[in-house]
Amino acid sequence: MNTIVRRIIGAVPVLLGISFLVFLLMHLAPGDPVMLLLGDDATPGEVARVRHEWGLDQPLLLQYWQFISRAVIGDFGRSLKFGEPVIKLVFERLPATVELASMSLLVAILISIPIGTYSAIKRDTLFDHAGTGVALIGVSLPNFWLGIMLIYFLGGQWNLLPVAGRIEYGIEIKPITKLFLVDSLLTANFAGFWSAVQHLLMPAVTLGTALAAIVTRITRSSVLEVMRQDYVTTARAKGLSEGVVIRRHILRNAMITVVTILGLQLGALLNGSVITETVFSYPGIGDLLIQSISVRDYKLTQVLILFFGVIYFVVNLLVDMLYTLIDPRIKL
Amino acid sequence: MLRLRYFKVMVGGIILAALVVCGLAAPLLAPFDPQEQRLESRLEAPAWLGGRAQANLLGTDNLGRDILSRIVYGSRISLLVGATTVVLAGLVGCFLGAVAGYFGRRVDEVVGKITEIFLAFPFLLLAIALMAFLGQGVINIIIALMVSRWVQYCRVVRGEVLSLKERDFVTAAKALGARDYYVLLRHVMPNTLASVTVVATFGMAIVIISEASLSFLGLGVPAHIPTWGSMLSEGRSYMNRAPWLTIFPGIAIFVTVFGINLLGDGLRDVLDPKLRRQI
Repeated sequence: MNTIVRRIIGAVPVLLGISFLVFLLMHLAPGDPVMLLLGDDATPGEVARVRHEWGLDQPLLLQYWQFISRAVIGDFGRSLKFGEPVIKLVFERLPATVELASMSLLVAILISIPIGTYSAIKRDTLFDHAGTGVALIGVSLPNFWLGIMLIYFLGGQWNLLPVAGRIEYGIEIKPITKLFLVDSLLTANFAGFWSAVQHLLMPAVTLGTALAAIVTRITRSSVLEVMRQDYVTTARAKGLSEGVVIRRHILRNAMITVVTILGLQLGALLNGSVITETVFSYPGIGDLLIQSISVRDYKLTQVLILFFGVIYFVVNLLVDMLYTLIDPRIKL
Repeated sequence: MLRLRYFKVMVGGIILAALVVCGLAAPLLAPFDPQEQRLESRLEAPAWLGGRAQANLLGTDNLGRDILSRIVYGSRISLLVGATTVVLAGLVGCFLGAVAGYFGRRVDEVVGKITEIFLAFPFLLLAIALMAFLGQGVINIIIALMVSRWVQYCRVVRGEVLSLKERDFVTAAKALGARDYYVLLRHVMPNTLASVTVVATFGMAIVIISEASLSFLGLGVPAHIPTWGSMLSEGRSYMNRAPWLTIFPGIAIFVTVFGINLLGDGLRDVLDPKLRRQI
């Protein structure tokens, strides 16, 4: 437990450093957000008034101090474009990204662990070479292109899946957790659940493919390494069935490396969510980030970037905690 | 297995060499000027796909520009951004990693803290944040990606140097009176080259995809310069009418990145199999 507390305390200066860098970047960036919002017709008086309202006429360090001192009590200011509190916008969009990332992770795990394990067990066979080749293709596919191709074929040509958004127009889901899949199940709204699944499938496959490719390779090499261990030979010598040896002795030990890589690849998932959400007009925080950058809504941009940093840190911490569940020998 | 490794290196090397030739000889290879607009023949499908574009092997875009020529010229940006970023990020990362690993103590602590800040962020998001600040431009994209990528080299080189500096040949060089910078440059760093080459190869594939991603998001290279990412972004609006606008630039990115990854895979197996776990 101490280690976790120490890591949280250790993250504070890092996050402060990031927040200052992001703040500096946003404030020193070319282009005046006030002019962008008011347009070229704005009078100097109007511009001065808005600059004063937003506190942009104050020294930079003072502005940063005000940003941080308000942030610690949860006040991140108002979005310049949407006119609403930034934190409200972020939390409105966050469930969509969480749902997309979880589904992508599921897609990646469902593809990679069986293929990686089977490739290792059937080492140097045609299946193994094909699996390794497919994994290399998966790593090399640009996810925005894969998304566009899925939209073109599955959405446009064959009309199998919806191409944008989170749910079909006209279907309402009573918000409880704001995760559509969970809420629709909790309220027994199966039409809503099916629509949410259909809308999630293409973005999740797009985002999960690269991750699946990486995890397949890691699973394969990790299983191969564990298979060489003495305890596996002992398990076989005891007369255990191959299924039990694989499940209880090989996979469980190989999973430590796989979970580590899944944790390390979370960054790739966050990177990819920005692009995937843009391709599918999926209303998550990645899409919001690109929108905020395009209209120079610096208040929203800086909070979103910081937010991504915090999510990254929290999930890495959770991954560390997960180790103790998979391997009780590991103590944090 | 040995044959497979060399096969990977060979095929990957050929694809990378093709990219280099394409980029360097673009004016000779491209059948048209990539900027030349012919509005009378806009959105023409390639003849071999049943379209009317006889001279335009891969069809034309919404302004009547030749897709093949734009892909050939687009390779220049991928190559330029990929190679320059890898070299610059490699230089910065290797220098800091080597110094941190070799001298240790305070230097290592300071470099460690800096890398921690950079690692606290998914690298493409860092590049997006930097591009939001720097604005579009080839040099800006190189800076943004370099700032986001140097950490990878720093980590690998630091780890290598930490182990290399304890080896007998380093002790022997020091015993003979060699100065620290001489030992580092002549004895330690050459031994990290294999790992750095592998990291750089995979790094180039990542940088090329990242440049395309940033250009696709409208944050990369200005619209008038043909790049594979911006071609995909422009083509998206015409996808149902003219799918070739998005299919061919995507294939170009995929084949390039696949080739470089294949090369990296082969190089890793040949040069430094222990890196298999790290990359």
